[in-house]
Amino acid sequence: MSNDRLDIQGLGKAFGTVQVLRDVNFRLRAGTVHAICGENGAGKSTLMKILAGNFPADSGQMFLEGRPYAPANPAEAIRAGIAMIYQELDLAEHLTVAENIFLGQERTASRWKFRLDNNAMTQETQELISRFGFPLTADAVIGDLSVAQAQMVEILKALHQNAKILVMDEPTSALSQTEAAQLFTIIHRFREEGLAIIYISHRMEEIMDLADEVSVLRDGEMVWHAPIGDCTVETIIRHMVGRELVDFYPKRNAKIGDVLFAVENLCDHEKIADVSFQVRRGEVVGLGGLVGAGRTEVANAIFGVSKHISGRITMQGKDLKIHSPADAIRARIAYLTEDRKRTGLCTALPCSWNITLPNLDHIGMARILSLKKELEQSRKEGERVHVRWASPEDAADTLSGGNQQKLLLARWLMAESDFLIFDEPTRGIDVGAKKDIYLLLNELAEAGKGLLVISSELPELFGVCDRILVMREGRLTANLQTKDTTPEDVMRHATI
Amino acid sequence: MNKFARQLLPFSSLLFIISLWTCLVPDTFLSFQNISNVLTRSAANGIMACGMTFIIITGGIDLSIGSMLAMTGMLASIVMLMLGGGTWTAICGGEFIAMPLWAMVIGTVAGMVFGGLCGLFNGICITRLKLAPFIVTLGSMSIFRGVSYVLNDGKPFAISAYTYLDTGKLLGIPVPLLLFAIALAGSGFLLKYTKFGRYAYAIGSNITTAFHAGINVNKILVGAYTFMGLLTGLAAMIYSSRASSAQPSAGLSLEMDVIAAVIIGGCSPAGGKGTMTGTLIGTLLISFLRNGLTLLNVSTNLQLIVIGFIIIFAVTADRLAVQGGKKENI
Repeated sequence: MSNDRLDIQGLGKAFGTVQVLRDVNFRLRAGTVHAICGENGAGKSTLMKILAGNFPADSGQMFLEGRPYAPANPAEAIRAGIAMIYQELDLAEHLTVAENIFLGQERTASRWKFRLDNNAMTQETQELISRFGFPLTADAVIGDLSVAQAQMVEILKALHQNAKILVMDEPTSALSQTEAAQLFTIIHRFREEGLAIIYISHRMEEIMDLADEVSVLRDGEMVWHAPIGDCTVETIIRHMVGRELVDFYPKRNAKIGDVLFAVENLCDHEKIADVSFQVRRGEVVGLGGLVGAGRTEVANAIFGVSKHISGRITMQGKDLKIHSPADAIRARIAYLTEDRKRTGLCTALPCSWNITLPNLDHIGMARILSLKKELEQSRKEGERVHVRWASPEDAADTLSGGNQQKLLLARWLMAESDFLIFDEPTRGIDVGAKKDIYLLLNELAEAGKGLLVISSELPELFGVCDRILVMREGRLTANLQTKDTTPEDVMRHATI
Repeated sequence: MNKFARQLLPFSSLLFIISLWTCLVPDTFLSFQNISNVLTRSAANGIMACGMTFIIITGGIDLSIGSMLAMTGMLASIVMLMLGGGTWTAICGGEFIAMPLWAMVIGTVAGMVFGGLCGLFNGICITRLKLAPFIVTLGSMSIFRGVSYVLNDGKPFAISAYTYLDTGKLLGIPVPLLLFAIALAGSGFLLKYTKFGRYAYAIGSNITTAFHAGINVNKILVGAYTFMGLLTGLAAMIYSSRASSAQPSAGLSLEMDVIAAVIIGGCSPAGGKGTMTGTLIGTLLISFLRNGLTLLNVSTNLQLIVIGFIIIFAVTADRLAVQGGKKENI
């Protein structure tokens, strides 16, 4: 007990009807690195956000060094000694290292309270830097630093605030190998100094190298905990995935036909390299992998959202030249994006307008819009996917998340596309709506369309897809027949 | 229902202003001559407001229209006077030059073309250089005004025979009013019943979504600014006709009145919202407001203050209506 820096007991959290965390217990000892593993959506970030004071838990208690801890806001969490190092760095670009470290708690000169004592702050920062031997100077501007250096500034900032617990969420995702090695040395050093570190990463080898203990979250529950000596990559993955695939996914009766759509050697020289795959008529192909593996980038390149530098895209054997989404839509490709608010809907505009937006040419309104006909046709498409709306003339943001997603499905049904890409089609929607969407996917496959489903949820990939492609760091690492593979396999290809 | 409600506030404000003036200055305000004057005078601004409605719906703004109006008026006058046989020195010296009808017709068309080109310039800068409309049109505002002054060293061009767009009547209707009606109906049709208008809404509502839906965003934006230019060119001809000359200082701070009319009519400055009916109401509201204040001998300086407050009030009312009273930080 005395050695516990942090003790979490019976923590629960629900968003609406979705239980995100359930009776989570977690102990963090001083002077250790504790890795938390879990699939996307297992509840890791929710747990960390509760710890960081972004929102409170519904039930359960937390103790920081034996004292009850319930931060009302992030500032309180920082004062209590919790420091978060996120994937996206949170620094003021145009200020210097010293200014960032002292942001919000600037030193002032003794006589004139409004005058900042820049010399003292710079000097103190420089001392902190040299204590750890970071390759930094106190007066460097953040914008000029590398990602790794900026991360060091974040860490210094945390230390300067007397952090007792350092939470690192995927800290190496933007680092090169040498930079990552540097970071690991620093982490080892912190451990020796008695800091407690929560380390979140999808990279198994890092966890095996760094961690003293491993905890696994699955579907909001802390399902497993072990010292690193008892862990292998295999056991960790098994506990991350380990669940029965319930018969939640409707059966499909599609005849798989000829090759409909193919990409060869797709590259954008940045996020994706050498991606090739085929999709047949009536086939649902899954695209799995971790967040940041380049799955959405593949979809963006196919759909003309981003420029692909090289590679060939063919539809029924014919080469496609796609320079913009308009070209892709004309080639009968549809793309249901992962972020319906940012890239999917015009939320303030009527539902009917959202359905017809890319389809005005297709429904014979290239020159003059017939508002009555438009309303009629949108209503028809909307009813086909069971959108629940008071009226198609209502603004899209009056609908729930699931209904908004159905609205987008209605849009692409109206387009009568042949090849459809669905990026996280069931993210953030309730179970009932999920089932509706799966039924619709089946309907499309049965009608002889080709489907590419990007999903971070393994059960979904296994429940919906005939075949699963796996990506890691911008490359395809596996092409698996669903019936011949296991979630463990997919996870292995995604991580190692 | 919602759309109707959005129009309710500007419309009732218009009714309120009209009834207020009717009570305060019944004899002068309600005369046929006065009302007809107000409507005719509001025509040029109203025509520009039609174009501005598109731009604000796309989430943009055009600050250059006042200067553009002066410059296109100047350029069109040169065309007319040259076609009328004037030499450059004669034109610049302000000598009387008899212009045949065809010269005036071509000059009028030229004014619209020049306006369209100015708008095209704005549109291309915004889309190709990827600059904010505010910045581009702030720059071109200065450019166009500068050109207007340079053309004749700060002096106007006299076109005394060019009166038809001011005093002319067709079927008993003043020509400016007729042009306003045509511009309004045409713009209303474009906005509501064509892809151009629909895509303008989509771009203003969410430009990323619009792009993902296969809309050629740049084409629509360039189109909107060019359309604004065309209408500004037309308005410039009405202004020149009214002054019987093209003034390099014409339309100073005119953009303010036009933008105000559109905003008061319910266009959201953030884009994605607005109607031509609203713009008509906004234009009339400002015109009647100014007219009544003038009849009450309120100075134009004081009028500026009143209109400024009304803009702030209109946008606040709009925001409250949208949020349904919800409070949001920042």
